[in-house]
Amino acid sequence: MIDTITLEVARYRPEQETEPTFERFEVPFNKDWVVLDALNYIKDRLDGSLSYRWSCRMGVCGSCGMMVNGEPKLTCATFLSKYVPGPIRVEPLRYFPVVRDLAVEMTDFMDKLKSVKPWIIRQEERPLSEGEYLQTPVQLDNYKQFSMCINCMICYAACPVYGLDHHFIGPAALALAQRYNMDSRDQGTDERLDLLSQHEGIWGCTFVGECTKACPKNVDPAGAIQQYKLKAATEWFKSFLMPWGRK
Amino acid sequence: MKETHNYTLYHPKWYRERVSTYWWARQWSYFRFILRELSSIFVAYFVVLILFLLHALSQGPESYAAIQEWLRTPFAITLNFISLLFTLFHTITWFNLTPRAMPVRIGGKRLPDWMIAAPNYVAWVVISAIVAWFVIGG
Ligand code: SF4
Ligand code: FES
Repeated sequence: MIDTITLEVARYRPEQETEPTFERFEVPFNKDWVVLDALNYIKDRLDGSLSYRWSCRMGVCGSCGMMVNGEPKLTCATFLSKYVPGPIRVEPLRYFPVVRDLAVEMTDFMDKLKSVKPWIIRQEERPLSEGEYLQTPVQLDNYKQFSMCINCMICYAACPVYGLDHHFIGPAALALAQRYNMDSRDQGTDERLDLLSQHEGIWGCTFVGECTKACPKNVDPAGAIQQYKLKAATEWFKSFLMPWGRK
Repeated sequence: MKETHNYTLYHPKWYRERVSTYWWARQWSYFRFILRELSSIFVAYFVVLILFLLHALSQGPESYAAIQEWLRTPFAITLNFISLLFTLFHTITWFNLTPRAMPVRIGGKRLPDWMIAAPNYVAWVVISAIVAWFVIGG
């Protein structure tokens, strides 16, 4: 059994350096510790200036995503014991601009989430007096998987298409759009399709499939996008065969 | 969308890493993906080859013999063998991906992936058998 393990942590202090450097820290090895525990140890005991994000410590808030030995991971769900004897390289999430140390800039992602209109769209709202929109368990099951997303952006860090072209809307946002499309209470599919059938939308995806493998919540964004493509293609085909069918 | 950027306006420089041209060489899964993309070139090559064959056929026995002659050269054999491997790779990965794009639900349960992929393989075998019967037996 080893007593300590070394972390190589990416540091970037924009007022001091123009490029990130790595700093080595030796932390106690504890088999119950996750990478985030080690970072907290560093911050508490070794260097209080280390910057990173976290909150829930239980895979729910989605703020602790980082690259661990080159793979995007939730650091609160990634055990040190997996990387024995080390060293463990911790870097900020790939493909996002780095603000400081391990913290990335996520405005781009936030804007993209919003752009897919992730809310229930109704052609006509029912008056309150008619009660709520009911849904059966089967209808819920249809989209439930896609609704488990915690917005951790790990799928973006896994996606080379996003890395090469930042205009690509990306896995989580597209899966979220599909989540609402599949919701029996929603009527906004057409409205979303106009935006998402553009090049930066579903057709930007070349089905590398890494987003699904990396997702800590089993959301399967790659599957969502392919289902979306199939849907868009059939819609296009229908409107081509029956131009009078759609408005 | 501009307005939401304001809070970062006075922030010191961000660091943006350039994506290397060789990003696909760094990770096996990315490399496999590139191989798959590349495989479409070989699929296209087979289509073109068949068009050439048909063309030669319409030109009469001599030009058909000429193309057969070319097909026997070691170069053509190697090329076709490599293309066959890539085409197989392309086909199999394609079939295995179908369940992801088409979740079929029966009675509220999602069908297991293999049940959706299997018909592709069956169709593949059946069609290949028919073609083989035409070419060899018929
Ligand atoms: S789809 Fe998965 S990897 Fe992507 S942001 Fe959501 S939870 Fe994270
Ligand atoms: S700290 Fe909340 S998901 Fe890791």
